[in-house]
Amino acid sequence: MTASNEQRRKERLDRGIKVRSEGIYALMSWRELAYLFLPRVALIGGLLILPLVMPSMYWQRVISIVCIYALLALSFDFLAHFVGLVSLGGAFFIGTGSYIAAILNTTFGLSPIFTIPIATLLGAGICTVLLLPCLPLRGVYFAIVTLMYPLLLARVIEALDILGGTDGILGIESFTNRWMEQYFIIVMVLVLLFGTRRLVNQDIGLVFRAVKDNDQSVRASGMSVTYYKSIAVFIASGIGCLAGAYLVHLYMWAGLSTLALDFSILPIAATVIGGSGTLVGPVLGAFILVPISELLRAFGTLRIVFYALILLAFIIFRSEGIMVYGQRKYHQFEKWIKV
Amino acid sequence: MSTSTTPLLQINEVTKAFGGIHALNEVSFDLHENEILGIIGPNGSGKTTLVNCITGFVELTGGEVLYRGKKISGKPPHKIADMGITRTFQIMRPYYSLPAYKNLVIPLFSPRAKRTGGWRGGGKLGDRNTVSIDILEELGFERESFVPYKKASNLPTGYLKRLELARCLALNPKVIICDEIFSGLSMSEIASMVPLVERLQMEGITLIMIEHRLRELFQVATRIMVLNFGEKLIEGTAEEVMADEKVKEAYFGSEEVEEVMAHA
Amino acid sequence: MLDALRLQPVSRLSFPDNTMHILIYGTINSVALALFALGFAMVYGVSRLPNFAHGALYVTSGFITWTFINTLELNYFISILLAMLVTGIIGALIYQFVLIRIRGMEISEIMATYAIGLAILEGLRWGGFRGLTYTLPAFIEGSTEIAGVSVDYQRLLVVGIGAAVVAVLWLFTHYTRIGLALRGMAQDERAAMMLGIDSDLMALAAMGFGSMLAALGAVVLLPLGNIVVEAGYNVLILAIAVCIVGGLGSWIGAVLAAFIIGFAQILTVVYLGAHYQMVVALLAIIITLILRPSGLFGLQKELEERV
Repeated sequence: MTASNEQRRKERLDRGIKVRSEGIYALMSWRELAYLFLPRVALIGGLLILPLVMPSMYWQRVISIVCIYALLALSFDFLAHFVGLVSLGGAFFIGTGSYIAAILNTTFGLSPIFTIPIATLLGAGICTVLLLPCLPLRGVYFAIVTLMYPLLLARVIEALDILGGTDGILGIESFTNRWMEQYFIIVMVLVLLFGTRRLVNQDIGLVFRAVKDNDQSVRASGMSVTYYKSIAVFIASGIGCLAGAYLVHLYMWAGLSTLALDFSILPIAATVIGGSGTLVGPVLGAFILVPISELLRAFGTLRIVFYALILLAFIIFRSEGIMVYGQRKYHQFEKWIKV
Repeated sequence: MSTSTTPLLQINEVTKAFGGIHALNEVSFDLHENEILGIIGPNGSGKTTLVNCITGFVELTGGEVLYRGKKISGKPPHKIADMGITRTFQIMRPYYSLPAYKNLVIPLFSPRAKRTGGWRGGGKLGDRNTVSIDILEELGFERESFVPYKKASNLPTGYLKRLELARCLALNPKVIICDEIFSGLSMSEIASMVPLVERLQMEGITLIMIEHRLRELFQVATRIMVLNFGEKLIEGTAEEVMADEKVKEAYFGSEEVEEVMAHA
Repeated sequence: MLDALRLQPVSRLSFPDNTMHILIYGTINSVALALFALGFAMVYGVSRLPNFAHGALYVTSGFITWTFINTLELNYFISILLAMLVTGIIGALIYQFVLIRIRGMEISEIMATYAIGLAILEGLRWGGFRGLTYTLPAFIEGSTEIAGVSVDYQRLLVVGIGAAVVAVLWLFTHYTRIGLALRGMAQDERAAMMLGIDSDLMALAAMGFGSMLAALGAVVLLPLGNIVVEAGYNVLILAIAVCIVGGLGSWIGAVLAAFIIGFAQILTVVYLGAHYQMVVALLAIIITLILRPSGLFGLQKELEERV
């Protein structure tokens, strides 16, 4: 801000090219086409090239973990901002997916090609059925109950000493090919990202958003709110379980740590930082937050302090997130005008 | 009025208590095919609770609601709406984050609209976006203007009330229960809504209208029912109702009633 | 797990002893739970803020007391009072600088308070506050026997202080101006604001008092065991469990729910094993939310939720 006494305010205007490239007219020139497609191409291309430019195996592994968190963040953002269910139970989805994949692999000897899809669908089904009684809850209540699910599952596994107890399930097959391991998850992130983006603009996606806006009106329109919420939970928990199943084959181990709060909190931080309600934002947020957290690994639990503080700062000062800010800068320009 | 054997909607001794307070006490009435029933009553007389009871938004404490002789009370609200008994909300509940025409895509996506084809075949036939703009145009959202494309959060009250009605119409309803669609509107807006209501009746839709705007209500309603303190006072034509002593007592001091009575 | 709730081996006790044992330790456990939960219930009741940093404040006040005693070598009771004061101020500062900006956005409130709690707890862990060295001395050493069950004085003191806290809170909210204002806020914030009650000031006060209650719980209960960072998470879960079962925002509900969960926990520990203690609390949260989201004693809110 300036120190002068003159009253000024910032005015935001759409860039001409944004207006020109809306609708079919975008096909008029290469410039407008580029304006529309460059951000998307940059994202897709960037993600696909990323593993090739990584200096070491270690950092390639980090990218896989980033992708896991990105999927969770995507699932959180979809559920929270398009259906209105704020689920703090990312760890529950991860845990369910990973234990199912682990059992399928160790007990039935299925290879990752089969365990991951089965764990995704079966896990999504289990999560949906278990969350079904909680679906009428709103706001804080749903958040608290979902936060408690993974903790309960962990304590039950511990107390009953089932599913490997505190030791976890060991000896799980890894992927046969390192590049397949890497690109599988990257492609999944891209497919699911663009898939959910498309979904929320379909008619059924509109119903999800309507449920968030005003569930009474949806009821008055002759539609079961619980039914649509459960479809949404199925989709979101499917994304989470996919990440969990992949995680198990990456670490070759499934244990109580897959139910740890990390999986519930870090994706939320990524969503807040990246920009909630944009779907792309959470993915970008994960790509910013997780590598930073890896760099700080040497400092032990200080990294948790660090990301908690980043999360706090973003909630307070920039709750729109990086992506919304970036979109605004891309589409609009600002100028000072006298009042 | 038709003299069909069973009424469309039978409300039998419906009672609703919140804690110890009886919001509705053994209210009974029938709704016949293709009539407009006006329900009036002072504030807090249980009108909106009655709507909530019929449409399943609250559970009944006692009594039952029958639709074409079949019991519907106890069913969830979406099942009741699915049968074609729709309602508007007194406090408008549009989907604020969606444009006006996308608001209608949701009811057009409902099982009932898919099954019956929605109002005038919408939902089943053609793109939902097109159909929803057609419906909005019927209700006075000018097609060529920006209004149907504006976000619901930016629309003024008059349009939101019409949007509520449009949501009901998109379901191809048999019964529409309007909870004060005239309140909060200017005189000219009401004047433009009255023919709309009459046209709905001509198309074979049965309406229950809960209103405070008595003069406009008496223009359209075939019958009037008066509620006070959760009890039914009287049911009959506008003249009968207004001549009743109990009604005068309930509305004592209300200028508008006196004005309407003077006209009658 | 919480050392405060550790039980003596029960296998060798005969049956009548066992009953007495359950009764006495169930009461102690219930009062401990009530002490955990009252601060949380107060903050939520007055300002509708779910304070997920509650557990962190609990642990923090333990370490503050420890620092006052061992580093500054202050008198024990002065340290306790100072620690409560400091924790209260921390709570108020959290409200003034963080929560005030995001009030009304439920999810942001949860995430922000949780982030604060996480930062405090993990910061303490990083700062080296772990291991067995961090203990607070008991107020009174020694133990006695009640009906054949040995109970140490500190645990009896817990019950006494818990009862005193509830009594003082009741008097405070019924007979002091600020207490009445807090209750007014709890019942209807807008109406209270129309009567000239400053909503933000009251929420600030509630955060301060709530944090002091957390600190009080800590200084009373922590002498029964070590001060460990993990307790922060457990205290938070237990406080949430008690408040949910009792009905969020209902103080009397919270006290009664503390007894329900407290005895349920002791019974499961005696008959099933110590592993299940936390399962009881978590199950209580989930089952209550599914069957009766407004809690056992939150009658009025049930209507609000419906329509």
